Amino acid sequence: MCLGIPGKVIEITGEGVTMTGKVDFDGIVKEVSLAYVPEISIGDYTIVHVGFAITQLDEKAALETLAHLQEIEAVAIELDPGAALAAEEAIAKGDE
Amino acid sequence: MKYLEEFRDPDLARRLLDDIARITTKHHVLMEVCGGQTHSIIRNGIDRLLPDEIEMVHGPGCPVCVTPLETIDKALEIASRDGVVFCSFGDMLRVPGSGRDLFSVKSTGGDVRIVYSPLDAVQIARDNPDREVVFFGIGFETTAPANAMALYQARQEGLTNFSMLVSHVLVPPAIRAILDSPTNRVEAFLAAGHVCSVMGYEEYYPIAEQYGTPIVVTGFEPLDLLQGIKMAVLQLEEGRAEVENAYQRAVTRGGNVPAQQMLADVFTTVDRNWRGIGAIPRSGWALGAGYEAFDAAERFTVTDIDTVESPLCHAGEVLRGTLKPDECPAFGKECTPRTPLGATMVSAEGACAAYYLYGRFKELEATP
Ligand code: SF4
Repeated sequence: MCLGIPGKVIEITGEGVTMTGKVDFDGIVKEVSLAYVPEISIGDYTIVHVGFAITQLDEKAALETLAHLQEIEAVAIELDPGAALAAEEAIAKGDE
Repeated sequence: MKYLEEFRDPDLARRLLDDIARITTKHHVLMEVCGGQTHSIIRNGIDRLLPDEIEMVHGPGCPVCVTPLETIDKALEIASRDGVVFCSFGDMLRVPGSGRDLFSVKSTGGDVRIVYSPLDAVQIARDNPDREVVFFGIGFETTAPANAMALYQARQEGLTNFSMLVSHVLVPPAIRAILDSPTNRVEAFLAAGHVCSVMGYEEYYPIAEQYGTPIVVTGFEPLDLLQGIKMAVLQLEEGRAEVENAYQRAVTRGGNVPAQQMLADVFTTVDRNWRGIGAIPRSGWALGAGYEAFDAAERFTVTDIDTVESPLCHAGEVLRGTLKPDECPAFGKECTPRTPLGATMVSAEGACAAYYLYGRFKELEATP
């Protein structure tokens, strides 16, 4: 119920509590309420929970976070190969 | 896909892991509150890639797991009545009540329908004026704005055949309850990103200060989680206890103001019983003034509920973070997603389900 993933607003209709829109989640388009994100525009990204957009994603903040992560120096610490392998297995299992 | 793939970059994840290993000098216990984050951590094997000193324990942030058994039994009773259309989110259907679940009510003739949004339940009420339509309104602060809007619209339209069985729960009082527990081991929290998208993170400052506990608002992708973990570890290593935001693209300090206004209008704060955990003061929302007529618990008097939990189930300890799912003797044996003994084995956000789904069995780990 709480697995919100980002989607792109591709259509907006109505206003106020009946403001709705179509949101594209990587090809799957859903009709959602935009009542809680009244400032959102077509092309913006949002996170949707049970049919309601609850936040508008901030592109500037996203780019800043990524830029900050790029700056982390890549120090070569040997990761525990056993743990990495186990994690890969877990991921593979999850994909089945 | 935008905002998703970038935050799953394995190269950046490795750098973050290196960085965490570099700053970690002693043992730390961190709790991710949100069940969605639990699943992401286990799915991506993050807990195993972290340095041995960092222990991730999983929190109570699984709405269907903490919905009181009594409320579920009440839902089952209402759903089996003639003339009722009982609407619910899908992950509620397999949650065991005392002896049965919503699926079994459905298979024995109850009109139980899965909806994606609570507004779908309002539409069913409009389309079926001769039926009583009841929506099972559970969830954390993320789901509450949707349920509030359904109630608001139903009241605006004067719908008389729509009601809601409301059992909302709130994250900050749960964090307090965990910290107050004499058996608590959690030293820092990853606060649930999407709960904070709605509520902001103002509420966490007094908690961080009072308990001396770092709280970091954290997202759901691997890089988000690693960044949140890194910030929390850094605070613990430096002896700080602050509120920080590692999920700035989706969370502002003030949160979603229109949603908060609607929540304040529709709901009122109440004490709430958490399944497996017990009563937590002022930890829930119930219908507020002006919405009494939409309260399914009032509309359908249900008496004689005798709640029975499985004696084998340790979900309460799992939800408090004192027991890992694979340490439960019934895990993967008597209890599987097909035959769940506790709600934590059912839900897409339950910790037991995450361990089962991603193959976390103790026996497997033991073989070299
Ligand atoms: S594995 Fe099953 S029985 Fe054990 S705590 Fe989890 S839900 Fe309960």
